[in-house]
Amino acid sequence: MYVAVDALLKLQVEMAVTRAAGVFSKFATGKYPLLSGHATRVLSVSSHLAAYKHISFEYKEDVAVIRFNDQTSKVNKQSLQLHELADVLGDIWLYRSSKSVVLISGKPGCFLAGADNNMLQSCTTSEEVTSLCEEAQKLFRRIEQSRVPIVAAIHGSCLSRGLELATACHYRIATKSKETVLGTPEVMLGLLPGAGGTQRLPKMVGLLGAFDMLLSGKNITADEAKKMGLVDQLVDPLGPGLKSPEERTMEYLEEVAVGVANDLASKKIPLTREKSFRLKLWDAVMGLGPVRKMIYSTITKRVQKQTKNLYPAPFQIIECVKTGIEQGSDAGYLAEAQSFGKLVMTSESKALIGLHNGRLLCKKNRFGPPEKEVKKLAILGAGLMGAGIAQVSVDKGFTTILKDTTEDAISKGYEKVYKSFDTKVKKKAMISFERDAIMSNLSIQTDYSGFESADMVIEAVFEDLNIKHKVLKEVEAVTPPHFIFATNTSALPIRDIAAVSKRPEKVIGIHYFSPVDKMQLVEIITTDKTSKDTLAAAVSVALKQGKIVITVKDGPGFYTTRCMGSLFMESLRLLQEGVTATKSDFLATSFGFNVGPFAVTDEVGVDIGFHISEMLCKAFGSRYEGGSLEIVKTMVEKGLKGCKSGKGFFLYGKTKSVNPEVEEILKNHQVTAPSAISSEYDMQYRLLSRCINESLMCLQEGIIASPLEGDIGAVFGYGFPPMHGGPFRFVDTFGADRLVSLMKRFEDVYGNQFTPCQLLLDHAKDPSKKFYESSPSLLQY
Amino acid sequence: MASMLMNPIRSCSVSSSWAVRFGARSLSTTAQLQAQVQTKSKKTLARPGVKNIVLVEGVRTPFLLSGTTYADLMPHDLARAALQGLLNRTGIPKDAVDYIIYGTVIQEVKTSNVAREAALGAGFSDKIPAHTVTMACISSNQAMTSSVGLIAAGQCDAVVAGGVEFMSDVPIRHSRKMRKTMLSLNKAKTLGQRLSLIGSIRLAHLSPELPAVAEFSTAETMGHSADRLAAAFGVSRVEQDEFALRSHTLAKKAQDEGLLQDVISFKVPGRDIVSKDNGIRPSSMEQMAKLKPAFVKPHGTVTAANSSFLTDGASAVLIMSEEKALAMGYKPKAYLRDFVYVSQDPKDQLLLGPTYATPKVLERAGLSMSDIDVFEFHEAFAGQIMANLKAMDSDWFAQTYMGRKSKVGTPAMEKFNLWGGSLSLGHPFGATGCRLATTVANRLRKEGGQYGLIAACAAGGQGHAMVIEAYPQ
Repeated sequence: MYVAVDALLKLQVEMAVTRAAGVFSKFATGKYPLLSGHATRVLSVSSHLAAYKHISFEYKEDVAVIRFNDQTSKVNKQSLQLHELADVLGDIWLYRSSKSVVLISGKPGCFLAGADNNMLQSCTTSEEVTSLCEEAQKLFRRIEQSRVPIVAAIHGSCLSRGLELATACHYRIATKSKETVLGTPEVMLGLLPGAGGTQRLPKMVGLLGAFDMLLSGKNITADEAKKMGLVDQLVDPLGPGLKSPEERTMEYLEEVAVGVANDLASKKIPLTREKSFRLKLWDAVMGLGPVRKMIYSTITKRVQKQTKNLYPAPFQIIECVKTGIEQGSDAGYLAEAQSFGKLVMTSESKALIGLHNGRLLCKKNRFGPPEKEVKKLAILGAGLMGAGIAQVSVDKGFTTILKDTTEDAISKGYEKVYKSFDTKVKKKAMISFERDAIMSNLSIQTDYSGFESADMVIEAVFEDLNIKHKVLKEVEAVTPPHFIFATNTSALPIRDIAAVSKRPEKVIGIHYFSPVDKMQLVEIITTDKTSKDTLAAAVSVALKQGKIVITVKDGPGFYTTRCMGSLFMESLRLLQEGVTATKSDFLATSFGFNVGPFAVTDEVGVDIGFHISEMLCKAFGSRYEGGSLEIVKTMVEKGLKGCKSGKGFFLYGKTKSVNPEVEEILKNHQVTAPSAISSEYDMQYRLLSRCINESLMCLQEGIIASPLEGDIGAVFGYGFPPMHGGPFRFVDTFGADRLVSLMKRFEDVYGNQFTPCQLLLDHAKDPSKKFYESSPSLLQY
Repeated sequence: MASMLMNPIRSCSVSSSWAVRFGARSLSTTAQLQAQVQTKSKKTLARPGVKNIVLVEGVRTPFLLSGTTYADLMPHDLARAALQGLLNRTGIPKDAVDYIIYGTVIQEVKTSNVAREAALGAGFSDKIPAHTVTMACISSNQAMTSSVGLIAAGQCDAVVAGGVEFMSDVPIRHSRKMRKTMLSLNKAKTLGQRLSLIGSIRLAHLSPELPAVAEFSTAETMGHSADRLAAAFGVSRVEQDEFALRSHTLAKKAQDEGLLQDVISFKVPGRDIVSKDNGIRPSSMEQMAKLKPAFVKPHGTVTAANSSFLTDGASAVLIMSEEKALAMGYKPKAYLRDFVYVSQDPKDQLLLGPTYATPKVLERAGLSMSDIDVFEFHEAFAGQIMANLKAMDSDWFAQTYMGRKSKVGTPAMEKFNLWGGSLSLGHPFGATGCRLATTVANRLRKEGGQYGLIAACAAGGQGHAMVIEAYPQ
């Protein structure tokens, strides 16, 4: 069971979370007061048929089939659909026009549409949100208590409100399609399921299962859902027939659901399902008050540890579940609606929703298709990065060559790629045949044969300009003119690499992060000479590899490395001032960073860290400096290179501990901490203000094009705390003036390293200036 | 091949072969003329430069539900029975055959080249080479077409092709871990090594490994895939049950009327003489409706009653060049003409082989669906047959998935599997192909038609179809 924080960084939900919000204003302002006044209406059911725009329904003998099918737009609008659903069900209940009901989507891919997150922002008070939640809760409770059995037929994503609706129904049928996922991802947006999710799930899947779902927000496949008791029946997706597989699968699902609905109505299938012995046993154990108490406290402790108390939503979730179980449903529903209202108004939720929207935007191709689609890739260097890039490439169908200089290297690279898929086979997430088919996309070699038919090379050789020049020349000698040379570097300026190219317009930087398969971000770096088409091709490749793409201009350290580097320089100074590496890392993590600067450096490699920092200090001069790089240099000389050598700033044995050799080195570099700015708070903001200032400077210099990309890059690239939404949103929330006054104090002691950039000063001067206006989704393209 | 060329029969007959061949040629020409007269509009499919290859005779053992009378035999016993039956029926000299090919699917490991083991025991000369082929349910089709290939290439003149499947006993293996331990035990030199290996055996290692019932590439069982296929084409349970009932009813009728002449009697050692298929059981729609779905539960439509059952059985056919057959004084039953193999997605189109193969083979032969007088399609599942019929009748399917301009059309049901099919007669995987070919030949003769078509699907998403032409009476 893990919690939102790292879940967000590893977000696997694609379309998942768009619908995290609720049933909104339309409920309150619609034609009829919800679920009342039906008796006074003399409208016949048939006359309604024409009136519905967001759902459609028909009778299949005794079964009413209600389809969420928006005729007015391509996308289903959830709030309107639920409003109309209430109307239709109201009529069915009143006139008893059918013996059972099937709820299904008219549009494949998703059971119930997502609500527009912007609608949440349009609510100004938490009371407003709470009352909307209560309306939805009421509808779902009426569905739950309906005497006409209601079947949910699920194909595609069934998340958030969709899942809440499904769980309120009497029977759930889901397709086994890969697209079908169930879950409550609200927690990842700093929210909780507000229409009964925290109340129904514990009853359905047990207390532990419910906490797992609610607190992790993870996606559950149809098979898992069946095992958990979340769905009652599975339907296989169909292949080609007399209609497209997708269309026919939906029809088939509906046919099966109608059959089940009939059986439910005729009591062939009982409404209450016999629980398995295991579940009964669980129920008995969970019936014991002290056991439940223990579970609440254990889970709360775990969440405290994982969230460092920085996220309010998980605690609210635990509280709502607890209230429902210990004080009864009414109290539970009330707590849920109120908590939802409160959470929507928190800055954490706003930040997370902003990130979510931004992430979706960065997964769209903003540059159009390239002239020639990239189909065949060649990757130079079969090390950690090269193999990682190969892995995400073959997985997405690129024909891929992995080249290195020695047989040993390519063999290891191949093994790494193979293992990644073989692990999936062992976990039964893939069958061996699929693994083999994917692996057939990969060829490993030590020469340049076959490069003449490749469309793009991604080089991931050692970060040394001379080596990069050498391979660039070698590659250009054997490749066709349309060939794109993408260089994977975290800091070397692309223009320097491109300097020896015959076709500089075809040279571009793609900065992958390690480990490539886990890290979602990719920074694409263009020089003045890089052509638009080269950019379009690189972006299309990275997107196909499943990455979030930000585009940045060439410059020392580009964007993420430059910001992270400034943070590292400052933490190095803390080290000299007598703060331990553990403490420095804690200062960062307690603010919400996933890992501290020293742990990151050890992971990346102290030698590489030194290399980059030295280069950046040279490029930016004194304002970029901080602690003494001599310390790091000595560490490298002594072989303390980080995780790969078993010791760096920390020792990596059975447990992680501070490396005494570093303490020894530090003895020659000690400085006295200035007492005026060495409180924990100040130290924390010294770290933070430097990387925020650097981010803003990147926007000011045009390295990044928009605050949104800056925030996405910071959070997904160097682990900026997600609950703050990124450096730009942080400035908006925290206040530019406050930050400037903090920095002025630091500047008094340390000088230009803390001089706020012009952009920050501008914002401080004019409080109405914000990086984000009302909507967080403005990409300046 | 070299040994085949050295075959004494052939080298002996060199001196006389010219004369024989001349005779054969002139005979065949007249035969073709007669054929044209006989069917008026329908011409022969003989093509200049292409050897005429004929099916002289075909036989099979009775097909029995596995676990019944054949239960104690071994696969090569069944194959031997079929070969002996063929010898008896044709009276061919035991050394007049150049080559023997058998098809089988689940191999008995002791007799992995079952063709050779069966041939030795059947009394064929031990100078005749034999090999075994496997291609799932079209294994014996592959045996036949391989024979055609050998003859067409001039390597052989007379080949016996056949197929065998024995589901009463299948190889059940130790688990991989156990096998590894046992193999290591073989190599262990000291008692200590042996003891430590024996000590490493865990209870879980003892669980056996059954032959896979699932498609290797997709891990889906064939019945499950058939159910999904039926659903994809909207084939109802009733349609499937009706087709299964039709198959059993027609098979019963054919059996009762003595039309299944390819069946030979087989004296099973220690048991009675078997001379009839025992899986033919016409039931009623009501009875069949009672069955629960076997694979997709609870809403599936494929049941035990509308699927083919596990069967033991073997078949054999004698294939010759026309000249050779005539020279030896045989009256062939049919010409084996164009054939095709196809393959497609093993997941969603596992059982659509006939749909893909039929238009292709008809095109090759220059025929259309309406030209065919006799259809024999392999009935793996009633739902699979119905799905194929619907697919062949769909322009949309032909255009979307087959890259064809239009549909090929469906076979007329009054010409289709009139003597029963795999659903009722049984389906010994490796043996069915020869049964289809022999049945077409026998039906063409009985019904007076000119062209027949066999088609079958097979695991791995493969398929086969062959055009068979009646030999002029």
